[in-house]
Amino acid sequence: MSVFHFELRDLPPEAEAFRDEVRAFLRETMGTRAPVRRARSWGGFDPEFSKRLGARGWIGLTWPKRYGGQERSFLERYVLLEELLAAGAPAGAHWVAERQSGPLLLRFGTEAQRERFLPAIVRGESYFAIGMSEPDSGSDLASIRTRAMRKDGGYVVNGTKVWTSNAHRSQHAIALFRTAVVPDKKHEGLSQFLVDLRSPGVTIRPIIDLAGSHHFNEVVFQDVFVPEDMRVGGEGDGWKQVTTELAFERSGPERYLSSIALILALIDHVGADPDPRAAEVVGRLATQLMTLRQMSLSVAGMLQAGQNPNLEAAVVKDVGTTFEQSVPEVVHALMDLEPTIDSGSDLQQTLGYLVQRAPSFSLRGGTREVLRGIIARGLGLR
Amino acid sequence: MSDLGRLLSDTVTRLFNDLVTKELIESAEKGVWPDKLWRALEEGGLTLPLVSESSGGAGGVWADAHTVVRAAGKHAAPLPLAETIVAGWLLGQAGLDVPLGPLTIAPGHRDERLRLERAGSGWRLHGTAARVPWGAAVGHVVVVAEGEGATPTAGGGTMVALVARGAAAVTADRNLALEPRDTLAFDGAPAEAAAPARLAADAVALYGAMVRSAQMAGALESLLEQSVRYATERKQFGRPIGNFQAIQHNLALLAGHVAAAGIAAEQAFVAADRGEPRLPVAAAKVRAGEAAGLGAGIAHQVHGAIGFTYEHSLHFATRRLWSWRAEFGSESQWAQALGRTVAARGAERLWPDLTAR
Ligand SMILES: Cc1cc2nc3c(=O)[nH]c(=O)nc-3n(C[C@H](O)[C@H](O)[C@H](O)COP(=O)(O)OP(=O)(O)OC[C@H]3O[C@@H](n4cnc5c(N)ncnc54)[C@H](O)[C@@H]3O)c2cc1C
Repeated sequence: MSVFHFELRDLPPEAEAFRDEVRAFLRETMGTRAPVRRARSWGGFDPEFSKRLGARGWIGLTWPKRYGGQERSFLERYVLLEELLAAGAPAGAHWVAERQSGPLLLRFGTEAQRERFLPAIVRGESYFAIGMSEPDSGSDLASIRTRAMRKDGGYVVNGTKVWTSNAHRSQHAIALFRTAVVPDKKHEGLSQFLVDLRSPGVTIRPIIDLAGSHHFNEVVFQDVFVPEDMRVGGEGDGWKQVTTELAFERSGPERYLSSIALILALIDHVGADPDPRAAEVVGRLATQLMTLRQMSLSVAGMLQAGQNPNLEAAVVKDVGTTFEQSVPEVVHALMDLEPTIDSGSDLQQTLGYLVQRAPSFSLRGGTREVLRGIIARGLGLR
Repeated sequence: MSDLGRLLSDTVTRLFNDLVTKELIESAEKGVWPDKLWRALEEGGLTLPLVSESSGGAGGVWADAHTVVRAAGKHAAPLPLAETIVAGWLLGQAGLDVPLGPLTIAPGHRDERLRLERAGSGWRLHGTAARVPWGAAVGHVVVVAEGEGATPTAGGGTMVALVARGAAAVTADRNLALEPRDTLAFDGAPAEAAAPARLAADAVALYGAMVRSAQMAGALESLLEQSVRYATERKQFGRPIGNFQAIQHNLALLAGHVAAAGIAAEQAFVAADRGEPRLPVAAAKVRAGEAAGLGAGIAHQVHGAIGFTYEHSLHFATRRLWSWRAEFGSESQWAQALGRTVAARGAERLWPDLTAR
């Protein structure tokens, strides 16, 4: 089909050499971490780990050297990400800053913003939250209402963001606010801002997820002053920019590897000589991993070639999250096993963790329905 | 894609667009051999992409052949093109010459075994191969068989032999797409040529599964194109049905399966060029098979009753998918084989193996 370009990619030798380096580092830093901890993957928030990665120069790998980056290829970055994810490394602290906030500043930020924010991200010291969703605006993101009103040298912000992951342990957020109300044109009048989350008037309240963990928040803005020089890009350009940011958010290997810890625990559990049913299940899981990796790699190849892989990224995220979600199902169907929290085997605990995590896979970063709408548009149906 | 791959792809697509009409497929379903199409393919150098140029082939690699096989699947070309390509390659592995004319391969099931026994200076073939594609229509059958007393090579006593079609007793049968699937009994049939080769005993099932996965990827592309086109043309409730979100989402889902099956198949061909296709072929056959079931279901749902008629051409793709997913080993069989390998190597080898080049 001419609209989709999934081309098989070979990784260049330098990327493969880099993989060995990353693996050696992970063997040394990760030790014998229990599968259920590995299952947290980039949900694990560990500033020490992020700083160690930063010290290696492995955050902002593709960024210009003048901001502390390494100017290495997107394919090398891809290798780094997939190795971190496969090992279940706790890379969550800097994940958003590296994946989307930094690249957004590189694309649309001012020189002063880049100089101020990028080096700290690169060191693994500066973490970012994403301020998009609001109580009444989820999939219909363009309907957001949090207002930024012009006032002497900046803006005064009022409104509420929700589901803001890691706002309680990040220094900054990149947030989408309404700078103008244009009747019947909700995509206009939106702008993006760098917000210091410790500014007066910002209240961060925990939202506890169904498993009892605190990782996302409600963030209330009450007369919060944001200086003009903290606006990212032009006033009113927010929608165009936020779709670019979402494309960064959707394009990575984290959209199919979330359940790999459970797959590995399952393989351990069934042993070297599984019965035919278990063998078939393992074979089907391996099939999906092999296939999705090639699809995901193909998106990285498009990024490297300077192409726009928005559509392909949506396809990989849709197929990938469906797969990630199916893994706990498949384990349930195969064996008589209760998912657990504190007791039980590695497999039971990993299952217990992922069963409760899986519903979010097809919500975060754009729901399955939203992605299928994007794909349908790519097919010419909308 | 290489230049040769692109050239083959363009040539074969043009040729199929011109010659593989609905009428042609329908007449093939009644048992008429599409002679003109075959000759055009042969003249265009498309039947032997892997055979060296000095021996009359295109001198390409599997990655080039992939485009031809996929196109054959997409257009539902009713002849054993994929089988001829594999057969030509198998003969090449044994250093044997490739005859002109359509070829097929046997035995297609990994548990079937044929035997070659010495007879004077030559060889005679024994055993039965079930459901051989176009078994009665081809000029020759290329078999992979156990050779009596053959010098064990890396592949054991495995040999490749070329046997004239007429030398086997034929029991005709067909698959759901009305493609011939004939049982051939070789009761001491003389081999026109035979030689040892470094091949696994189930090489025909392996490479057969590989080409079927690419054909399925092609047929799935056809399903997507037909379904998207129909969704924009067919109107109900005063608008194209493609405006309805339920239809859009099903087609988006189909597009994901098409993409996945396509890249899985391509990966298998590239792995074949590296000499280690077994796991990627297993994955390709499984992935394409899963996509086949789901994809055919979505395509038919979108097409409504018209797609359920013989008059409409959707079924040329869907009936093939329903049969091909079971040929040269089903998904469950290949998934088990893959799963046993993965389990035997252990969890800590999974990721390194997956990312190994
Ligand atoms: C773990 C997690 C972390 C998150 N982190 C962040 C974060 O850091 N920052 C942030 O800004 N947001 C974050 N989000 C929010 C996320 O972006 C939203 O959940 C998502 O955009 C969907 O919005 P919603 O939850 O309001 O659902 P809704 O938009 O209300 O959707 C509910 C259901 O209706 C469906 N639906 C909605 N509109 C349509 C339509 N037009 N057609 C068909 N179906 C439709 C949806 O697909 C969904 O199934 C996070 C979410 C999760 C689960």
